[in-house]
Amino acid sequence: MRATVSLWFAVAKRSFRRYSTYRAATLAGIFTNSVFGIIICFVYIAVWSENPGAGGYDAKDAVTYAWLGQAMIMTVAVWNGGATDDLAARIKTGDVAIDLYRPVSLLGWYLASDLGRALYHLLTRGLAPTLVGAALFDLRYPADLLLSVQFAIAVVLAVTVSFGVRMLVSASAFWLLDDTGVKHLAAIFAMFFSGLTVPLVLFPGWTGDLATVLPWASYLQVPADIWLGKHPGTDAWAALAFQAAWTIALLWLCHLVLGLANRKVVVQGG
Amino acid sequence: MVDAARSDLRAYAVLAWMWIRVSLTYRTSFAIMTIGQFLITGLDFVAILVMFSNVDSLGGFSLAEIAFLYGGSALCLGCADLVLGNIERLGQRIRMGTFDVMLVRPVSAYIQMCADQFALRRLGRITQAGVVFAWAIVALDIDWTWARVAMIPYLVVFGTVIFLALFTIGAAVQFWTSDASELANAFTYGGSTLAEYPMTIYPLEAVKALTFVLPLTFVNWYPSLFILDKPDPLGLPSAVQFAAPVAAAVLSLAAATCWRAGIRRYRSTGS
Repeated sequence: MRATVSLWFAVAKRSFRRYSTYRAATLAGIFTNSVFGIIICFVYIAVWSENPGAGGYDAKDAVTYAWLGQAMIMTVAVWNGGATDDLAARIKTGDVAIDLYRPVSLLGWYLASDLGRALYHLLTRGLAPTLVGAALFDLRYPADLLLSVQFAIAVVLAVTVSFGVRMLVSASAFWLLDDTGVKHLAAIFAMFFSGLTVPLVLFPGWTGDLATVLPWASYLQVPADIWLGKHPGTDAWAALAFQAAWTIALLWLCHLVLGLANRKVVVQGG
Repeated sequence: MVDAARSDLRAYAVLAWMWIRVSLTYRTSFAIMTIGQFLITGLDFVAILVMFSNVDSLGGFSLAEIAFLYGGSALCLGCADLVLGNIERLGQRIRMGTFDVMLVRPVSAYIQMCADQFALRRLGRITQAGVVFAWAIVALDIDWTWARVAMIPYLVVFGTVIFLALFTIGAAVQFWTSDASELANAFTYGGSTLAEYPMTIYPLEAVKALTFVLPLTFVNWYPSLFILDKPDPLGLPSAVQFAAPVAAAVLSLAAATCWRAGIRRYRSTGS
């Protein structure tokens, strides 16, 4: 067990370093996230000046939400990307055969790699635009230390849920060989149901109820609501349990699908 | 000069047609991607509808008026994206060393980059924007005059040219920083997102900058104000409001300068 854990750490660390080599790309991305953050802030300010209590948020909550959204885009890889894209490419070329006969679980390896990537993106593409937002707008911050800790847990769980979804998308390449179409579709769902295009709290009627129980709610809405203190007392733990439940369900599904792929699928060229 | 332009256009058409044939080889994939583009850009507008389930107007503009702004902006971006969307892969080509191949062919490298992997599926985005635009025109009670009718193709043409120039500048920057392709997104996709909403929601200083420094207000804002018969929050003389061709020309000149400077500077990859 100790060997496995240290392996995961090694994989995560190298994945972190791999992403950190693209400095100009990171800076360009931070700039783009900041520009979009500013635009979205003014849109939200217009919405909340028209309807000051929309969705149970006030204008300050909404502006904060806009920046949390920009911070989470790359961290949870809403547009796909990350370790799971590597897997899809390796399935296409057939290199995945090597992954499959390694004496470690494929799922653990890729999850560790993706967590390493996510940490890098959180510290750069997450933190930097938030600082820009904090300099330009009046933001709300977690009220106490407990909320900050809960937010940190929520971010990790957001990454694991999104990893589960992205892993299933990539695994579709075992059957389809090309996962581009599925990836496109997955990105559409992730963009919309994570609350990135518009907060889930603004969704009217039953669409809001539905959106908040789907896995994508874990990407942004749940961490943001914890940050904003919308889950008082034990509610925050319930929100984290919601994310944890989706994590377990999705990773278990990934495990099943990869097992199936292992038995059923003939690797390319073999 | 005219001959050169004609042969460039011909080369572009030939290259684009080749890529269309490639994409039609995988028909199912092509259909899914086109519908996907339609849906993904459609969700942008659904987001606006969701906001309007909570408010009646944004910055003094009704839903139909914002749909008009949104449609105009998205249509211009979509057309520019169709014409040269893949130019943003210049950095990737430079890194892979495949840009060199384009330089030795007897067709302008710019034309080749524009037509590179020409993606007909982008019609999905254009269709979606067109549908919203058409709906807005029908839903709005516009007092049609010949000048207002003429303003619609004027909006689409000059707005598209402005985005073409921004895409080109964004690509040319990659001659200097080959892995910063995302920088351009802030101006192209960011600019289009910005122009989807009325300028009345932004601070006046920002609107001034968007008129005189980075002339994005000429994409659809000023033409829309004229068509919708709305006052200009900056109160500029009406001559300025019709300056889209000037803005497009200045940006195109800047784009041509950047591209040429980039090509001259280019020294291929390798150690």
